[in-house]
Amino acid sequence: MREKVKPEEKAEANEIAQACSTCFEVPIGPIHPALKEGIRFTFWIEGERIRKVDIRPGFMHRGIEFMGTKRNLIQVLYLAERICGICSISHPLAIVQAVEQAAGIEVPPRAQYIRVIIGELERIHSHLLWAGVAAHELGFDTLLHYVWKVREPVLDILEDLTGNRINYAIPIYGGVRRDVPPEKYPVLKDALRYYRSLVDDFVNFFLRDPSIEARTRGVGVLTPAEADSLCAVGPTARASGLRKDVRQDWPYFAYPDLEVKAITPEDMGLEVRGDVYDRIVVRLLEVVQSIEIIERCLEEMPDGEITAFPKVAALLAHLKKAEGEGIGRHEAPRGEVIHYIRLQAGEEAPVVWKVKAPTYSNLMPWYPMFRDQEIADIPIVAASIDPCICCMERVQIVRDGRAETMWREELLRLSWDKTRRIVGGLGASHVAREGI
Amino acid sequence: MSGVNALWQAILVLVGGGAVGFLYKGLDRKLAARLQGRIGPPLRQPVLDVIKLLLKENVVPRTAIPWLFRAAPFLAFVAATTALLYLPVGSLRPVLSGYGDLVLLLYLLAVPALAMAMGGFASGSPYAVVGAQREIVMMMSYEFPLAIAAVGIAWRLASLGLSPAFSLATIAANPLWGAVGPLGWMGLLFLFVSLLAVTPAELSKIPFDIPEAETEIAGGLLVEYSGVSLALFYLADVIKTVVIAALVVALFIPYGIAAPLGVAGVGGQVLDLLFFLVKLFGVIFFAVTVVRVAFARLKVDQVARFYLLPTTLLALAGLLLLVLDKVVMGG
Repeated sequence: MREKVKPEEKAEANEIAQACSTCFEVPIGPIHPALKEGIRFTFWIEGERIRKVDIRPGFMHRGIEFMGTKRNLIQVLYLAERICGICSISHPLAIVQAVEQAAGIEVPPRAQYIRVIIGELERIHSHLLWAGVAAHELGFDTLLHYVWKVREPVLDILEDLTGNRINYAIPIYGGVRRDVPPEKYPVLKDALRYYRSLVDDFVNFFLRDPSIEARTRGVGVLTPAEADSLCAVGPTARASGLRKDVRQDWPYFAYPDLEVKAITPEDMGLEVRGDVYDRIVVRLLEVVQSIEIIERCLEEMPDGEITAFPKVAALLAHLKKAEGEGIGRHEAPRGEVIHYIRLQAGEEAPVVWKVKAPTYSNLMPWYPMFRDQEIADIPIVAASIDPCICCMERVQIVRDGRAETMWREELLRLSWDKTRRIVGGLGASHVAREGI
Repeated sequence: MSGVNALWQAILVLVGGGAVGFLYKGLDRKLAARLQGRIGPPLRQPVLDVIKLLLKENVVPRTAIPWLFRAAPFLAFVAATTALLYLPVGSLRPVLSGYGDLVLLLYLLAVPALAMAMGGFASGSPYAVVGAQREIVMMMSYEFPLAIAAVGIAWRLASLGLSPAFSLATIAANPLWGAVGPLGWMGLLFLFVSLLAVTPAELSKIPFDIPEAETEIAGGLLVEYSGVSLALFYLADVIKTVVIAALVVALFIPYGIAAPLGVAGVGGQVLDLLFFLVKLFGVIFFAVTVVRVAFARLKVDQVARFYLLPTTLLALAGLLLLVLDKVVMGG
């Protein structure tokens, strides 16, 4: 599919060429060994320094939201699970919250705890996966192999508890599909003990290694002000010193009882610098935090039902009658994931389903992070937000068989048009007058 | 030495050197894998890689300068194999001894790297250009300590009245460790360490693999190479590994075990040859394999700083100690 070059794009390219006559253009992506998924960076490089960067997503759009509006809600849940391979519990956890809010379903307490346990186990495996990828981007393959080896036990535990290593199919509207029976507690506790014993090794391998420190300290800096104004989420925001965590700010499930606190590098006694090193620190501390949360869950978990609707047919009937809208938010390993859903009585499928994955918010912080870095820093800076491009892709504009880029003026005009449509004939003149 | 005899020896050394290079490349990959907790490829994998590359199409990109792009791998390969002929093997003298010395060998070692940089610049890809720039910067940083180490040894030999001091045959036949005092001993140790530090950069291995840097510039210098050309670069790398290790052995650990064990004749030569191979393996294992699994890749400025400051200073200190030693010992 060829792209149409718009006059705005040409103008921008000319502007860059004039501003930096000694720069040369280095394209990274959509296919490049540093990237695990397709996204295109265009860097303007002077010597080894990055002078400007342009980021172009849109290669991995799958139209999952559209598919969702053609299926019944239970099928949508499975679809949500497949938005992301690594946050495969985070998207279902967000959508069940949205639907439960829309349909007014009460969830039994035990189910809330089980959701937290699986969610935190996922955070452990996701952060370990990231640590391995980060080591590989730095050319430290030994660490990659080590970290991915020690990641196996948590996947084994997840398989033991849910039947699957990756797509767990655990949450359902109104509860969870499988209990965590008390006989499983000892195995789970063993695994947690194992990870606790590894924390010192991780600190030694990642935080005290001179070659890793040389490659990550002062690299990809995101200041707290930038993190705040660009709406960074998750570990990316917390590494810049923002105490921002959905589990702390808007507690849900069993989190209100667990008193989760957002983690920043200060918790390790370090000064916040907002660089890649700090992002390693935050993720490491979050693994410890997740271990603590699960341990507390196992102690405090009440007995009782695990779902409000033991029969799926009854659940479907209830959902078909439901009308309303709901928002579900969950702190995924990469940051806040939001699902919005609107249900209509008599419709099995949701009328609207909107997903916002954490990477979407973390795209813009890439610009300040890449500022004046070296070519050698590109892979680790790109990886430092733990990007999940497929989950993030929301739209791709294709007109006459050609991909198109929307520019600001066009987007503004489109949003005015939409506002006019929604407000209808009555408010149209009002909107035009106010210039919204 | 008759001409025919020399030819036979040269063929033997080239074939033997290549075979040993492949064996050590395989061992390096296997041992690195074991150190990383992986199974690793079979020992014959490097041979299979080259055979496969030889069967593949040799693509020359449209933006490349074709003759330079094609010539660079040949230049690298020829320089590396020629270097083999200047090396003392065990207790045997170098095949081309008398036709060139240590200085020539240092130049021959620089040629493959230069050829790779030329090929990179000629391939017309931004990744290759970045890789070529990095290769040149890295060479400029590590050549100085390398030269100091080589010159230091030769100078001390000359001061002992041995000549020709720059000939590798002389250097290998007269281990310095026993001929110098404690100061000189320390100086030699410093030079030895700085030469070992230069070894991974000569071979572009982690933490100094910045010209290739897979995750950053997708293979850098080699990104556009394929087929026979890539196979030649691969072969040059395989042979250069042996050359560098043999140079380290000849300069600093040229001892044989046949004489101490009292074995003479052909048996002694075979014993020395085997011991020589063990020493080569030791150098490659500790200076390349272990180092490349123990570190992350450095950045180009960090590499330059590492060689220009600590390594060069260490080599200079070694040289100074050798000079002092001569003054003390009265040479």
